[in-house]
Amino acid sequence: MISLTHYLVLAAVLFSIAVVGIFLNRKNVVILLMAIELLLLAVNINFVAFSHYLQDIAGQVFVFFILTVAAAEAAIGLAILIVLFRNRHTINVEDLNRLSG
Amino acid sequence: MTFSFLDFAFYAFAAILIFAALMVVTVRNPVKAALFLVLAFFSAACIWITLEAEFLAIVLVLVYVGAVMVLFLFVVMMLDINLVQMREGFGKYLPVGGFVALLLVAELIIILNAKVFSPESMPRPVGQPADYSNTQQLGEILYTQYAYPFEIAAIILLVAIIAAISLTLRRRPQTRYQKPAKQISARKEDRLRVVSMKSEKPDPDAAGAGSE
Repeated sequence: MISLTHYLVLAAVLFSIAVVGIFLNRKNVVILLMAIELLLLAVNINFVAFSHYLQDIAGQVFVFFILTVAAAEAAIGLAILIVLFRNRHTINVEDLNRLSG
Repeated sequence: MTFSFLDFAFYAFAAILIFAALMVVTVRNPVKAALFLVLAFFSAACIWITLEAEFLAIVLVLVYVGAVMVLFLFVVMMLDINLVQMREGFGKYLPVGGFVALLLVAELIIILNAKVFSPESMPRPVGQPADYSNTQQLGEILYTQYAYPFEIAAIILLVAIIAAISLTLRRRPQTRYQKPAKQISARKEDRLRVVSMKSEKPDPDAAGAGSE
């Protein structure tokens, strides 16, 4: 029988894989954005699982809003990426040091 | 203890999801990473269907696989990325990354094994009847109780549209563009000059031929 813990552990493993992805692909902004999408997906799985087991639809409404914000974030992130590539001809994070931060 | 179809579906889709996520973060080619991310989203949608969140599962496939991932693929294929340079330091960060991940998983599993999440204290709810509509219920609460956040979400999407367009739009000075305002404001008097001329006498032969 699948319990709530199964879903929560699945989301935890997914979240950790995404965190490792951020560590491993520190140079590639595209993969970094994909890892962020995976992080949000793991959180959404938690929300949906709790929504089902507590029989409360509010969790699904939250997933709806997270999906909205994630879509907006991906669109703006990729637009920034295109502008960066147009100006610097690279998306290597190490080369993006013009602000000297 | 029986192994129901639901258990089988959960384990199968969870395995595919974990595999796809691992491939996303380790594969060399960003295009393949994007395609594995599509697979991950698809298996996540299947898992959400086992949780009776049908509307969100379909939205995940339509919006994420259909729109966001196409955007990702479009950008990845448009950019000319130096893959060799991108892979530098991949192995260097592997030990620390793996350590952090294992720590994270271990901590989360210790917490998630608490009594409050156990099947005894939180049993799986009985399935909804066949005529239950997840979409209808979600819509009813979204347009009443969450109407205000819903409008804010619409504004966020509008901001995203405007930001994406204004960031990527560029005006090339050497390219010639139409000026619609000038086109609309053009008047007949500016372009057309009516010249009054003396009418000429018709050719008598031609006039005679035409009357017959």
